[in-house]
Amino acid sequence: MGVKLLDAWVSPFGQRVRIALAEKGVEYEYVEENLAEKSRLLLESNPVHKKIPVLIHDGNPVCESLIIVEYIDDVWDKKPHLLPAHPYLRAQPRFWADFVDKKIYECGTRLWKLKGEEQAEAKKEMIEILKLLAAELGDKTYFGGDAFGFVDVALVPFTSWFYSYERCAGFSVEAECPEIVAWAKRCMERESVKKTLYDPEKVYEFVCFLKKRYGVE
Amino acid sequence: MAKEVKLLGQWVSPYVLRVQIALELKGVSYEYLEQQFGENKSELLLKSNPVYKKVPVLIHKDRPICESAIILQYIDEVWGAGGPAVLPSDPYERAIACFWVSYIDDKFGPSLVGLIRGKTDEENAAAAEQAILGLELLEEAYEKSSRGKRFFGGDDVGYLDIVLGSSLRWIEVIEIMRGIKLLDNAKFPLLMAWAERFRAAAVVKKLMPEAGKLMEYAKEVQARMNAAAAN
Repeated sequence: MGVKLLDAWVSPFGQRVRIALAEKGVEYEYVEENLAEKSRLLLESNPVHKKIPVLIHDGNPVCESLIIVEYIDDVWDKKPHLLPAHPYLRAQPRFWADFVDKKIYECGTRLWKLKGEEQAEAKKEMIEILKLLAAELGDKTYFGGDAFGFVDVALVPFTSWFYSYERCAGFSVEAECPEIVAWAKRCMERESVKKTLYDPEKVYEFVCFLKKRYGVE
Repeated sequence: MAKEVKLLGQWVSPYVLRVQIALELKGVSYEYLEQQFGENKSELLLKSNPVYKKVPVLIHKDRPICESAIILQYIDEVWGAGGPAVLPSDPYERAIACFWVSYIDDKFGPSLVGLIRGKTDEENAAAAEQAILGLELLEEAYEKSSRGKRFFGGDDVGYLDIVLGSSLRWIEVIEIMRGIKLLDNAKFPLLMAWAERFRAAAVVKKLMPEAGKLMEYAKEVQARMNAAAAN
């Protein structure tokens, strides 16, 4: 019983859950899945998508990283609250976390997988996405305002992928969106984030491995 | 006095229908503003949903809320007292309901759109396969989550009922257009019975678009697509 997390080290989606659990001080068993050979537990716990992360709480599996993060916030109903109490102030973070979900991973994948015009198109889109997020952040400390919150958790794992995006597509996130880089640095001061995110060089090593595997030079 | 609640919608959209059902269930009075199709988007829509420029958008006290699943949660939280809870109160049950809503929006819904827009036999076959797989999963999910009760949510229409139920009219239209059976009584007896109960609910009967009108609209869309493809 207790809390078990089926995950894969480099996954930004898994990292969202690890950060949320750390913020709430929840003890859990971390299980590293080999995605080339998924465990029976994973296939039984997430038969629909067969993906990580999966949080198993007292034997009950919860799937989909943002759903898991909200679940954690609900069950461990104590500070820090990742979503505020007011309905409108809950709707806005849900919208922006969903935006991050819909846009960043897919566009980021195109950045390292494609070349030429398609990659240039993806680069343009990624810059637009980051600028929209920068506008939403404004001059707040975090997307959640003074408090680290839902959107911060949703987006911060992708910050260790920025270096890979920059190397593959030839641009600088800092030059285009300095506010996002500054926000990322503030997040890295938090224990939960510092302990969870990998060095961007290590992530880039992984991306290079993926590129080789997919035959992208 | 301007209404405190406005809904920007389009009558054909199942996503808009979801929001209308939720508002009616909670007894919220609102001003409905039908939006134009195509490129002529209203200033209000562009201002309220600059990111996606789509309906539905709920505007409450001049503040916009976008994305139907998020709007439904908002309605449930703000007008909690107006009617039975739309989302389950138990966090685990809520996570399961959200999981299926996410599945419907990410996989099942797009397979229906694929069936409407498919140009080749292969595309249509692939979309139909995905749609039927979705129904198989949802039949199982209904059995597990309803525990013998009338709806996914239990005794009352809930989150998942609204999200899946809002696509029923489109499923009917697709079945006629494509000459296929999706909601097959033999394969999905529980969902068929659930669908009848859902359609019979007073609030749904009042709001569901007419099958005939939706069919006409679908034919127009197809004709426009064929014309564009021919050029």
